[in-house]
Amino acid sequence: MSIFKDKKYLRVNVDTVPDDSLWMKCKACGELIFKRRVRENNNVCPSCGEYFFLTVEERIEMLVDEDSFDNISKSIEASDPLEFADLKLYKDRVEQAQGVTGLPDAIVVGRATVHAIPVILGVMDFRFIGGSMGSVMGEQICHGMETAIHDRSPFILVSSSGGARLQEGLFSLMQMAKTTAVRAKLAEAGLPFISIMTYPTSGGVQASIASLGDVIIAERGAMIGFAGRRVIQYTIAQELPANYQTDQFAFEHGAIDRVVQRAQMREELASLLGFFVEVA
Amino acid sequence: MSDERTLDLLETKIEELRQLDSIDGIDLSGEIAKLETKLTSLRMELYSNLSDWERVKIARNPKRPYSLDYIESMFEGFYELHGDRMIGDDRALLTGLAQFKGRTVMLVAQQKGRSTEENQERFFGMTRPQGYRKAVRAMKMAERFGFPVITFVDTPGAYPGVESEEANIGGAIAESLLTMCQLKTPILSVVIGEGGSGGALAIALADRVLMLENAVYSVITPEGAAAILWKEKGKSAEAAAALNLTAEHLSELGLIDAVIAEPLGGAHKDFDQTIQALSGSLIGFLEDLESLDIEKLLSTRFERYRAIGRFRELEAPREEPLTEEPLTEETLSVEAARDADE
Repeated sequence: MSIFKDKKYLRVNVDTVPDDSLWMKCKACGELIFKRRVRENNNVCPSCGEYFFLTVEERIEMLVDEDSFDNISKSIEASDPLEFADLKLYKDRVEQAQGVTGLPDAIVVGRATVHAIPVILGVMDFRFIGGSMGSVMGEQICHGMETAIHDRSPFILVSSSGGARLQEGLFSLMQMAKTTAVRAKLAEAGLPFISIMTYPTSGGVQASIASLGDVIIAERGAMIGFAGRRVIQYTIAQELPANYQTDQFAFEHGAIDRVVQRAQMREELASLLGFFVEVA
Repeated sequence: MSDERTLDLLETKIEELRQLDSIDGIDLSGEIAKLETKLTSLRMELYSNLSDWERVKIARNPKRPYSLDYIESMFEGFYELHGDRMIGDDRALLTGLAQFKGRTVMLVAQQKGRSTEENQERFFGMTRPQGYRKAVRAMKMAERFGFPVITFVDTPGAYPGVESEEANIGGAIAESLLTMCQLKTPILSVVIGEGGSGGALAIALADRVLMLENAVYSVITPEGAAAILWKEKGKSAEAAAALNLTAEHLSELGLIDAVIAEPLGGAHKDFDQTIQALSGSLIGFLEDLESLDIEKLLSTRFERYRAIGRFRELEAPREEPLTEEPLTEETLSVEAARDADE
């Protein structure tokens, strides 16, 4: 498999502080690179091929027809049902994440077209509290699938999430059940669900909605797995194989259908959708 | 404040005195009675002021009844069904047929071990992919014959090791959730000890969810939350309190249907009393569910889960107007949940 390289983990380059400089340093190869070139290269390092993290806007731009995206997200945000405070107040974490990303929560859903095929697309943003799924994300995913049923469109979900939003306690765990319940309705309606797993797709998101795609595609460089390294080391202190929870690992063990390079993802989606949708 | 261990010690002492009393013919009854009164009042004090973290410890107490204890006392003729037909037979999750008050039921139960040997066999109660796949197989079989499904939840979490990932533990959990969403037969779940995150939810997506008074149910263990959010393992007690993981909290939050009272000192102190309370509650709920036709059962189950979540309207007005949505039953119930929150 030539698209796989022997790498352990791919780092996520997440800028939490807006940075106006023209140059950046690749955390994988250490090369100083011109940001615009990285941008033009789908946020892949022109020097070593390292995948950099994509914001929601960048991901949407990469994936769907130009200017076709219409944000249909419900106008909601986290309400802090447990009044949760760890080292920080949950309220403050949310506010800070909203400031950094300009998003109400870790997901955006909308109508779009891919090679003129209408779809409903949900995209997660890892910068927003690790892309964690709380009540808001659960509701938006359900809203996306219900709109897909209404429009009779395929549903595409791009996951980038560390799992459940711990600060919402059992409410966040229950989003696994909630999204699964609506996913069942999508299946009953006979509409395809394409799940795209990117870096990282883990925990409660991987153990529910993301793993329930009719077709599951991993972006090259994705991390896919249930329990993070920290949890494993904490619980059972087991030695882990070098390619553990990589796209390659998931593919070899039959957890996903295909692994696709970032630059080819739109073409891939278009040809896959073509099997389900009659193109006018 | 005394802890459970001190009380147990006192209980042992009383027992010793009682034996001395009967053997030597010395009259110690006055002393014994005094100590017993003391024990009761200490226990009352301890159990009426339990912190959430102490509750977690009770939920994990190895003296607590495990699934098989309930199965043997509440059901008749448990006939275990083994194996997922793919990889193997997970000993941390048991499935099987049994009789419950005149009807056949399918039991799906997470089982911990008490001895080191048994714990090795049962992976300390951590379910593996073959366990969830066996559960799916058992539930689908129950559906074919119209048997109600009763699940017993007691796990620190799904087994997170390499072999689990190789067999796609996340996918196995997701598949179990989907199966339970669509299962055309009543499902009842009881959290009897530890409800450990996705590993617990995977067999607890039910029409009614019950919890024993001293059981806990959480998105992450307090230790895990302390390590991730507080960056300090020592903060488990704070994390336990913040997570709202006790039966009482979860009942107040509307996330479970019933809290089954336990005798003072926990379910193991008077197991018969625990059994009676649980059995009575289960049969009540089961008869309710059996009176519904399948379509109503499934739509109620759907609405239950579709409505879970608390959020609020965005404060800042959006630039683009929102697409108007008709208010459906689901959105109404979500709003009702939110109103209740405010």
